[in-house]
Amino acid sequence: MINLRIDDVPAQAEPGQTILDAARAAGVRIPTLCHLEALCPVGACRLCLVEIRNWNGKLVPACATPAQEGLDVVANSDRLTSLRRTILELLFAERNHICAFCVSNGHCELQDLATELGMDHVTFPYRFPALALDASHAKFGIDHNRCVLCGRCVRACAEVEGAFTWGFAGRGVHTLVEADLGDRWGRSVTCTGCGKCVQACPTGALFEKGKITAEQEKRPALLAEITERRPRA
Amino acid sequence: MTVATETRVAELVKAYAGRPSELIQALHRVQSELGHVPQEAQAVVAAVVGVPLSQVRGVVTFYHFFRTSPVGRHTLRLCLGTACHVRGAENILKAIREELGVGLGETSADGAFTVEGVRCLGACGLAPVMMVDDDVYGKLDPKRTKRILRQIREGEG
Repeated sequence: MINLRIDDVPAQAEPGQTILDAARAAGVRIPTLCHLEALCPVGACRLCLVEIRNWNGKLVPACATPAQEGLDVVANSDRLTSLRRTILELLFAERNHICAFCVSNGHCELQDLATELGMDHVTFPYRFPALALDASHAKFGIDHNRCVLCGRCVRACAEVEGAFTWGFAGRGVHTLVEADLGDRWGRSVTCTGCGKCVQACPTGALFEKGKITAEQEKRPALLAEITERRPRA
Repeated sequence: MTVATETRVAELVKAYAGRPSELIQALHRVQSELGHVPQEAQAVVAAVVGVPLSQVRGVVTFYHFFRTSPVGRHTLRLCLGTACHVRGAENILKAIREELGVGLGETSADGAFTVEGVRCLGACGLAPVMMVDDDVYGKLDPKRTKRILRQIREGEG
């Protein structure tokens, strides 16, 4: 057992567990967005940044940093809240996150995080890049304007479904989540139509057709439910 | 893409069969032979090398070096470095767009020019500057840029 402190609360972790795992077990809340139980951590969104007191205040992503003996972790502070709020503002400014017009209004992790962290306005100019919406799939749609590039769909498709349909195309601010060789989703030769990506999506980027906003509730926990039931070697 | 080309691509990347970590080398091989990596070739590479289609696309679109459409007969490299930027490279790019109908990373409809942005050509004293194939054109203004492109086009015919 590894012993550490998170927000001055004694916490424990098994070898191989992360700071985030330890914090959750100890009842300390750390906000996350790209992290999803059952998927490999990628540390992409940086919302789970925590400060390590005995590493000279170094900032590390809690979801991707292994718990280590004696760590003195700050998970919540004014500095961290300010950093997390800035990250959220950048996410909001990058594409189009006008909640009132979104299918996921009320069931959106990005929206919930903004509420939790008190992000009540965006200080950066909105980019509004006017990206495409692909509704070619029979059951689902993808609206790139709502995408935060967390990659949960990409990992769900690869790691749980094993289809590897989704991938990141392009780079930087122009990155898009695309199917196969950039074909329209409905024409994908590898998509099984399982919908795990939709359940994993934290925002309204991936949505189910024929559902109104009030019904557009996702089940991100579905992935862990699937993998936990799998036979173990 | 014809069956013959597909067979040719498969032959080109045969050495990388079942070696996902050598995907980039396989794509280089295709591009050096065909001049670009069309979508159909990407599918062949994916199948032979053993990498999902989405990951092949990820690599091809991430690296600027890989092209998915054929290159034009002439390659135009417009400098976007600091000196050229200050001296109005943006206006030159606008002139190129007006003359050729395409912007950075694209090839004109007649296949004559592929336009690329580079930084820097090391000729800041000539800013704003562009290269067409091996020739350098400096101290450009929009009017002169259009004239040069027209002359090159006429010189072809």
